[in-house]
Amino acid sequence: MTDIVANTTIRPAGGAAALLRHARYVIGENPVTGLSFGLFLLIVIAAMVGPWIVPYSPLASDTGAALKPPSLAHLFGTDQLGRDIFSRVVVATRLDFIIAVLSVALVFLMGGLAGVAAGFFGGWTDRIVSRIADTIMAFPLFVLAMGIVAALGNTVQNIILATAIINFPLYARVARAEANIRRDAGFVEAARLSGNSEWRILAFHILPNVFPILVVQMSLTMGYAILNAAGLSFIGLGVRPPTPEWGIMVAEGAANIISGEWWIAFFPGAALMIAVFCFNLLGDGLRDIVDPRRRT
Amino acid sequence: MLANVLRRLVTVIPTLIGVVIVTFLLTRVLPGDPAVYFAGPTATPESIAEVRKSLGLDQPLPEQFARYVGDLAHGNLGNSLATGRPVLAELTSRLPASAELTLFGLVISMLIAIPLGILAAVKQGSWIDHTCRVVATAGVSLPVFFTGLLLVYVFYFRLGWAPAPLGRLDVFYDAPPTVTGFYLIDSLLAGNFELFRASLGQLILPGVTLALFSLAPIARMTRASMLTVMASDYIRTARASGLSPFTVVVTYAFRNAMLPVITTLGMVFSFLLGANVLVEKVFAWPGIGSFAVEALIASDYAPVQGFVLTMAVMYVALNLLIDILYGVVDPRVRLEA
Repeated sequence: MTDIVANTTIRPAGGAAALLRHARYVIGENPVTGLSFGLFLLIVIAAMVGPWIVPYSPLASDTGAALKPPSLAHLFGTDQLGRDIFSRVVVATRLDFIIAVLSVALVFLMGGLAGVAAGFFGGWTDRIVSRIADTIMAFPLFVLAMGIVAALGNTVQNIILATAIINFPLYARVARAEANIRRDAGFVEAARLSGNSEWRILAFHILPNVFPILVVQMSLTMGYAILNAAGLSFIGLGVRPPTPEWGIMVAEGAANIISGEWWIAFFPGAALMIAVFCFNLLGDGLRDIVDPRRRT
Repeated sequence: MLANVLRRLVTVIPTLIGVVIVTFLLTRVLPGDPAVYFAGPTATPESIAEVRKSLGLDQPLPEQFARYVGDLAHGNLGNSLATGRPVLAELTSRLPASAELTLFGLVISMLIAIPLGILAAVKQGSWIDHTCRVVATAGVSLPVFFTGLLLVYVFYFRLGWAPAPLGRLDVFYDAPPTVTGFYLIDSLLAGNFELFRASLGQLILPGVTLALFSLAPIARMTRASMLTVMASDYIRTARASGLSPFTVVVTYAFRNAMLPVITTLGMVFSFLLGANVLVEKVFAWPGIGSFAVEALIASDYAPVQGFVLTMAVMYVALNLLIDILYGVVDPRVRLEA
């Protein structure tokens, strides 16, 4: 097992063409992955240039045009204050995307490094990291996130931090397992014999090999991160009105659902759903490319 | 068997200690001074010092922790600022509502997901298999508060089949006499079938919302586990002996395939307990989740801490129950232990 895994490591630079060919094969075989790559680009573009391309200001209210159903003037209709929902949904992409990316990047650093150290050094490092991961896993994760935001204060930064913390066990465990099986692999022994210090081996020999697997983990948890953050802002944590954000927009439209104005909650909710769906498919696709062993 | 259960109980202790430490840290060590908060907005430095002393916040941390554990041991979770009642009383009076909703959602979800997973595995590559895959991927992508609202729009506003999403019972009905706290069971015990129908009607939409959310992991696991079992030697032997396909699938394969599914239930419960909070908010369900959300918005700390602790303890207990159940279903676990 050790040999097989140790050999399926990052490809040398000469294999870039082969990797590209493999990527094209995976995408060609599964058109859904291609579609999700397209959607991902669209989300990134909306996040980057959203505020400059929307027809209305996301904050401008126009009481004369309140609660209008979708039309050509207002593609997604307007809300109680006459704000254009299409503009708000597009502009919100940036905030939701930033929350998801930052929280995933944060847990990538915390969980990835802690897990690699635990798997490589073993002993007390391992015991402490595993105990922390187990304790986090003892909570229903969304509930723990609520508790963290309540204790630290109701801000967007703390939403990002809480989302990172509840994902910590996933990253720490994957990184730990991957570092652990490489701990005594041939190339590590060789590095050790040529006089590298343990920390140097960890940084230049173990980390680069665990890196691609953690990147896959990032894309797999990105959808969950965005869902979690939107859930927290739906119950009124973090993002404050009138800031456009998908979760809080659904909450704002919730009361109008029972009087029939479906569009206020529907479009931000659908945007959220599509984004999460896209991230999940992308994660699966990326896993197939980087790490075909885990394909299901 | 009893020795095994006891041994498993012992392993829960470090987890519970971890949970208590985390909830303690959430209240005390993190930024923000609880004394300033509890003293209120019109506090003077003297009154803040007074409150700090009375809360024991001037003591060193280990002593504060001992005091906190002592309070917990007496069932003292503090008082809710909004209602003035003890948090423990508030939580216990609302717990049955949440428990009924969560269990109902889980039952619906298992009733759909397990047959779907089995069919997908038996007829691999058929349209059922593809449906299963789409449901599994879509299910984890759905924001639970959004599906809840969609269901309300379609079944309450458009079709008028469901009652208004406003709690456990319509205002015209009185709650059944409390025996279990579950309205479905209590109304049946009281012999009141109209009440049973009314509470079932209120329960269906939030229950289905939760079920849609937890469907995916169960269906996916059932399919994967059935595929592994169906490829094993004893299934081939059973087939070769001329047993009917139904007997092979249900009696031989299904019973063994259930083991990994039971393990997955732990993760499903983590999802369900979290999603419960959101569903309760959408359907104005008077459970502990909506109680915690209200407290959270009002910056009322004690109920939130009590809620997080209660949920964690319940989750640990559920995982313990799943492990014990696993031992009951699978004799090999008993032998190994």
